[in-house]
Amino acid sequence: MKSSLPLTPSQTVGSFFTIGLSATENEGRLASPVSSQISGEGEVISVVGRVFDGNQELVPDALIEIWQADAMGSLSNQNFFGFARSHTGDNAEGKFAFRTVKPGPRSDTEAPCISVVVTMRGLLTQLYTRLYFSDESAANDKDQLLSRVPEARRDSLIAKCTEDDGERIYIFDICMQGDEETVFFHL
Amino acid sequence: MAIIDWTQHPPLIYTDYKSSLSRGPTQSPVDLTTLYGESSTLSIQEFDGSLVNRFTIGELDHDLIRNAQQGGYPLGKRMVVSGKVLDQAGRPQAGVLIEAWQANASGRYAHKVDQHDAPLDPNFLGVGRCVTDNYGCYRFYTIKPGAYPWKNHPNAWRPQHIHFSLVGESIADRLVTQMYFPGDPLLNYDPIFAAVPESAQDRLISTLDLGITEADYALGYKFDIVLAGAKATPIDAEQGA
Ligand SMILES: [Fe+2]
Repeated sequence: MKSSLPLTPSQTVGSFFTIGLSATENEGRLASPVSSQISGEGEVISVVGRVFDGNQELVPDALIEIWQADAMGSLSNQNFFGFARSHTGDNAEGKFAFRTVKPGPRSDTEAPCISVVVTMRGLLTQLYTRLYFSDESAANDKDQLLSRVPEARRDSLIAKCTEDDGERIYIFDICMQGDEETVFFHL
Repeated sequence: MAIIDWTQHPPLIYTDYKSSLSRGPTQSPVDLTTLYGESSTLSIQEFDGSLVNRFTIGELDHDLIRNAQQGGYPLGKRMVVSGKVLDQAGRPQAGVLIEAWQANASGRYAHKVDQHDAPLDPNFLGVGRCVTDNYGCYRFYTIKPGAYPWKNHPNAWRPQHIHFSLVGESIADRLVTQMYFPGDPLLNYDPIFAAVPESAQDRLISTLDLGITEADYALGYKFDIVLAGAKATPIDAEQGA
């Protein structure tokens, strides 16, 4: 990369980020404009998950962000903004939770997916991963990225589809370490 | 090859920073651009689309001195924190959402989990937001945060700092960091700061700036921020042509 200026280094988000980064803290004062919902045309879905540390314990203070295309697979739709934020301290069960619309595939060689940014106290630099959908196995099989992730670790990128009252809920647990450590990406 | 120069960032596991031991992944991140091959960096979702100019913020959001007052002014040293957000090519980044949070002058966060036995300030929340202007500039008014103890090791104290979160042009530009103050002796003992590669540490320390200082009101500190500018780097543009 031709660059003249070096990057500003990352630091941990720390223990108290919810006062600055949550849309639901501070009793409504100075709430973040970044919510946990993405709205647009298409199938409404939920994405929920938990985060586990190396001791298989729940991480109650992880910040999770998602970025995605619209239902047609477009990232240039001016009427759609595919960015949202949740954290695992948001509810009693230690889950992050999003309501969004299911993204469409971006091309013939790509399966629908959501980009996921993970950060927390204890992480000095944020991590990127991706969420693919368990009910898209045909598309997943021919996805040019997923098919190149070592098979033994591919499952960590696939959210499990469940259904509740006719609405699809995708479960996406993130493991920071261990046998089921999630695949993270360098961009 | 990765677009972002990850060697500028701290490692995922840093022994002196205890909570990284069980939370930092042990396997190396997989290079996403390599998985996609040579062809299509520009269309990779993490480098595509735009996250700027999407947020509306309140009139006083950038002014932490005034945005949470309950009948009085917060205690502490008033400051102006201002700077430019640029990409690595030096281009100003407009429309970037900057969210900032910090402890009050006594070193206490207005957060339910913060148990540090230092007083809360009823007139200070320690939360602010800016969107960068067309020149990539931002400006916060605030109170100098106090140092505070934490549990990493015996007698551990964090240097004075302000937390910054930036949502730039692409999701690959996402940055969460902390701004420090020149000459703070606690910087020598802080594992979070020490985890930054030595050659990059200076970039996290603001500079006292009399040009930003507002006479008879608040001392000015300058803090410029460089994001990856991962969307359409010059090399990508050449490859795409
Ligand atoms: Fe802090």
